[in-house]
Amino acid sequence: MIEALQFEFMRNALMAGLLASLICGIMGTLVVVNRIVFLSGGIAHAAYGGIGLSFYFGWPYLVGTLGFSLAAGMGMAAVTLKAKHRADTVIGVIWAIGMAFGIILIDLTPGYNVDLMSYLFGSILTVPGTDLFIMLAMGVLIAALTIYYFQDLLAMSYDEEFAQIRGVPVKGLYFTMTAMLAVTIVMVIQVVGLILVIALLTIPPFIMEKHSKSLVQMMVGSSLLGAVFTFIGLWLAYRYDLTSGASIILVAGIGFLVSLVVDRVHPKMKNPHRSG
Amino acid sequence: MTPKIPPYIPMDTQPPIIEIENVSFAYSGEPVLRDVNLRVLPRDFIAVIGPNGGGKTTLLKLILGLLKPDRGRIRVNGDPPHKASPSIGYVPQDVHINRRFPITALDVVLMGKLDPKKRWSRRSASNRQDAMTALDRLGMADHARSRMGMLSGGERQRVFIARALVTRPKLLLLDEPTASIDTRGQAEFFELLKEINGEMTILAVSHDLLVISRYVKSVACVNKRLHYHDQAEITGEMLESMYPCTVEEVCPVELVAHGLPHRVLQDHEES
Repeated sequence: MIEALQFEFMRNALMAGLLASLICGIMGTLVVVNRIVFLSGGIAHAAYGGIGLSFYFGWPYLVGTLGFSLAAGMGMAAVTLKAKHRADTVIGVIWAIGMAFGIILIDLTPGYNVDLMSYLFGSILTVPGTDLFIMLAMGVLIAALTIYYFQDLLAMSYDEEFAQIRGVPVKGLYFTMTAMLAVTIVMVIQVVGLILVIALLTIPPFIMEKHSKSLVQMMVGSSLLGAVFTFIGLWLAYRYDLTSGASIILVAGIGFLVSLVVDRVHPKMKNPHRSG
Repeated sequence: MTPKIPPYIPMDTQPPIIEIENVSFAYSGEPVLRDVNLRVLPRDFIAVIGPNGGGKTTLLKLILGLLKPDRGRIRVNGDPPHKASPSIGYVPQDVHINRRFPITALDVVLMGKLDPKKRWSRRSASNRQDAMTALDRLGMADHARSRMGMLSGGERQRVFIARALVTRPKLLLLDEPTASIDTRGQAEFFELLKEINGEMTILAVSHDLLVISRYVKSVACVNKRLHYHDQAEITGEMLESMYPCTVEEVCPVELVAHGLPHRVLQDHEES
């Protein structure tokens, strides 16, 4: 890995992966404990509609994509708050329509053929330096917002009704969290691709959840775990000439399986002294 | 500060802690509660019973200000619920809480100290002290640093009560408090509630009157409408008149007459 780091593209790839791990560690923890993995998937896929809009109207990438994802995310959050039992269906619908809308718009854009694969798996090896700065700024913003609203987010995630009774503006906070998630997804997709975003949002927090005593531990642990997966995945990709995004995800997937097996064999985190 | 006195009170009674007047509520057109009236006096220990789907939980959410009535008026401690809710200690149903959530018992209790208006002073030493005192009172001090998921149903329930108590409430609301406690723990649990009742009003929602009966002072039966029964006035005759409880389905609850020398369980008439 050391000799690989003499190449700028490897250094940038590593930085991008580490930043994505940090951001996804924080937001992924909120996603997993709030059980909004499906909503995240919905935003990530609907974002493709925004990419289509950007190309068709010749807007800058971020304007179309961020605008579209935020709108889709707010719609999904509104449905989740208003009719929880219908939420998964509506999210599925927006998910599918967003994606189809994007593909049709790109079909209609004369002379341009965007590669769907680069959207799915990103291009972590060709991340330009400016994207790194955008990601860094976003990481700082997400971390700052999370720290500022931490107690409110904790209360809302654990017990929404109690939080509301204590005066936490639950609805506003839920929309804020969804907006943070939409921003995260759009920015990180651009760098590492849709599939890696979902993997980094879900796998490290899932592994950390049962070993953490607090949300902070879970966030820090998930970020570190994501970084380790990214590091190993990138090294394997470099060493054996594999697709970088996919190898990072497979490393994370192996980590996930190992954690399942370890918990099975070593169930000390399960309830040891109670029955019934 | 203007005194919070409701417009009419009989001379010989204290102002009620909960006052519900002609409240109706419907979920998307489906009526759940109709013309409900209830006055709960301080230090009462009232059980709200009734069949599932009869509107018990809706009533609780209305009192907490989580739902707004379609018609009628609710006052808690003289204030509208959304204003009064910080002074209500709420103990939710255990089943609604994510058990895998990474949180310790102490952090759950500290949630009771949450005040979005005082963002930077939340985790002060005095808050932790209060939280530990509340846990200690419920015999849970040794579990302060345990993960909630590691505790038994009864222990979790105690942590939720500790969380409600650190808010220094005048009113304690419990939603199906016995659902996650085994029968052995229930008697002990209600002794605890009885002790707490010395300091504050308690309202417990339960589908299981048999368990709760020995400890409560009054009963409200909810099945779209509400029938309130003061301890003193419950007689065999009253039980008959509570029949509206069982409209449509047979009420799953058996009734207990408190005023009688021995507790009388009376089955509902099968119509």
